[in-house]
Amino acid sequence: MTFAQTVSTKRKLSSRNRADTAFKMLGRGALLLAFCSLLALAIAIFSRTLPALTHHQITLDVAFEPDAFDYQTSAPSGTDASYRLIYANYGQIVGRSLEKAFPEIVDPAEKRALRRLVSPTARMQLRDRVLANPSWIGTKQRVALYVSKGAENILDANEETVDPQLTLWLTQLQDRRALSTTFKSTLFTRGDSREPESAGLLAALVGSLLTIAVSVAISFPVGLLSAVYLEQFATRSRLTDIIEVNINNLAAVPSILFGLLGLAVFINVFHMPRSSPLVGGLTLSLMMLPTIIIASRAALSAVPNALKAGALAVGASPVQAIFHHVVPQAMPGIITGTLLAIAQALGETAPLLLLGMVAFIVDLPSEFTDAATALPVQIYMWAESPETAFSNNAAAAVVVLLCLLLALNSLAMILRSRFQKRI
Amino acid sequence: MNVDPSNALMRDAEAASAEGIPPKMVARSVNVHYGATHALKDVSLDIQGYEVTALIGPSGCGKSTVLRCFNRMNEMFENTQTSGQVTIDGMDIYARDIDVVALRARVGMVFQRPNPFPKSIFDNIAYGPRIHGLAETKEDLEQIVEASLQRAGLWDEVKDRLKQSGTALSDGQQQRLCIARAIAVQPEVILMDEPCSALDPIATGKIEELIEELRTGFTIVIVTHSMQQAARVSQRTAFISRGELGEYGPTVEMFTKPRHERTKDYIMGRYG
Ligand SMILES: Nc1ncnc2c1ncn2[C@@H]1O[C@H](COP(=O)(O)OP(=O)(O)OP(=O)(O)O)[C@@H](O)[C@H]1O
Ligand SMILES: [Mg+2]
Repeated sequence: MTFAQTVSTKRKLSSRNRADTAFKMLGRGALLLAFCSLLALAIAIFSRTLPALTHHQITLDVAFEPDAFDYQTSAPSGTDASYRLIYANYGQIVGRSLEKAFPEIVDPAEKRALRRLVSPTARMQLRDRVLANPSWIGTKQRVALYVSKGAENILDANEETVDPQLTLWLTQLQDRRALSTTFKSTLFTRGDSREPESAGLLAALVGSLLTIAVSVAISFPVGLLSAVYLEQFATRSRLTDIIEVNINNLAAVPSILFGLLGLAVFINVFHMPRSSPLVGGLTLSLMMLPTIIIASRAALSAVPNALKAGALAVGASPVQAIFHHVVPQAMPGIITGTLLAIAQALGETAPLLLLGMVAFIVDLPSEFTDAATALPVQIYMWAESPETAFSNNAAAAVVVLLCLLLALNSLAMILRSRFQKRI
Repeated sequence: MNVDPSNALMRDAEAASAEGIPPKMVARSVNVHYGATHALKDVSLDIQGYEVTALIGPSGCGKSTVLRCFNRMNEMFENTQTSGQVTIDGMDIYARDIDVVALRARVGMVFQRPNPFPKSIFDNIAYGPRIHGLAETKEDLEQIVEASLQRAGLWDEVKDRLKQSGTALSDGQQQRLCIARAIAVQPEVILMDEPCSALDPIATGKIEELIEELRTGFTIVIVTHSMQQAARVSQRTAFISRGELGEYGPTVEMFTKPRHERTKDYIMGRYG
């Protein structure tokens, strides 16, 4: 009888196999759970993103009657011909076009109510079209105009109080195929606004990128050099032990404390401009440092010592051996760690709130000292708003944030494979 | 049984004066401590130029430590203390004004496990000459790379794939690559720490042939666990035991009539 055939080994084997199967099932269950919750999250976000990315428009026959352009009696001195076009009575043009679209309405109050169908920005739309084609004056054109916020809410089936009159008119327009949807690019081309339909996240996106640029520019070199020093040069002593413990603890400190620190040091002591990407970046870089240092140290210590010894043996100085051989070898791990830190910083809200980066930013920040906000803060502000249109915007901003992370991950993957190819 | 180091010292002096050539490298009363471990105790050893000196002894006796004294590689480890004197051509290599980088260009090293850089074969060889500025032009560098690979007997096998990674070679080829890498900086001494212990017999044979041939241009110190290898490749053998120099003399004498009981036991495989 061989060993494998004895009863006790057989029993042990089968119980071991059972444990294996149970573990595999558990693992699959956990994966499934994670996948389902991710799917639910994705559905919740994407279903709200679409309304935020689309605009409904009403196609109207618009008559550009000349009298609307002469309603300003005299142009101020020093202005040219475009003044007449800019300050024409577009409100009147829109109103008349709407009345013509619903000829059955005669009651003047109801006629005025018709204007609630289109957005106040419709006048700007018309103005821009006329400025581009001055020859339109005196003619009739088919023009698509943005619907109002109220109409948008009805069409997107948002949970706002619904105006039955608007609903009726909109159904009529729909029957006449006078309603269309267009891609709303404002979300990507503008800063924040009080109106959800003209609010964009570009200012927040730029603010985020500037902030991250500052924080990476500081935390990557400092983190890498600290890791190299601790891992390769420092002799183990009580001091390095204390430093190590502190770094590990820093990684676990709640991010809001870094915000307090940034507020106290950068703003109150060094008087750096509040709400600026500079201050935000500096503060986030403090938060990123421990993550980068820990990951870099792990990557560096995983590089076989023989590699360094080989370089030293041909006469490389320790610095050369480390930067020519050890660091490049550890680079994939260092990049992964840095990316992790960036992803964390990119989604950080709490410290930025304390640093005043919750500002209402309409203009794009162009310098590191301009007032700015960041994507997660923008999401926080929009999501807080009682208007459904704003929370739809927030969902779209979440998607943009996710795309940004995806882009970052791809970049890291390219960099990693670049480094591995060199090897 | 205790070994009197002065005994070995005297014989070395005799041997050197008999041949009339001063030794290439000399170690005098070298002590090495790794923290609390006293790894080398008062070791004195003369390395004759253009010869192969083998270091043998049981595991953990300090062979690698002796070897690393000659290029100050022990300093790689934390809390290492070295005292005593080591000279190359009469120059104290532990003197304060010695540049370790320049020293390691003169004293190359090959390790137990092949450790090519994870770079191309070309860059593996070119790295040393580059950092030492040995090549003025690209052609010079290519020249050095080819000559080093030729010398290491690897040229014919890799000349068509110099751009490939050095780590993609077989173990034996990798070890010859490491030898070529050491040769490329034109050292005077090459230290080899068990260069064949990770290799199969055929690859080992090639390296041994190579060592025999390199002796014409370099001074070689080799650590080995194989008595046969020491007997085949070396002219002198040092037996190290428990951090002390047990016996040192011409290889032929050492293997035919060892003076000390412990050496004899080790060579016969009864101890170690
Ligand atoms: N980096 C180090 N730190 C601490 N102690 C060390 C270190 N390197 C070697 N030692 C100790 O020094 C002594 C000599 O080691 P060494 O590596 O020189 O032995 P060896 O003869 O080369 O052994 P082997 O044949 O197994 O390679 C051993 O006791 C070892 O434990
Ligand atoms: Mg050894």
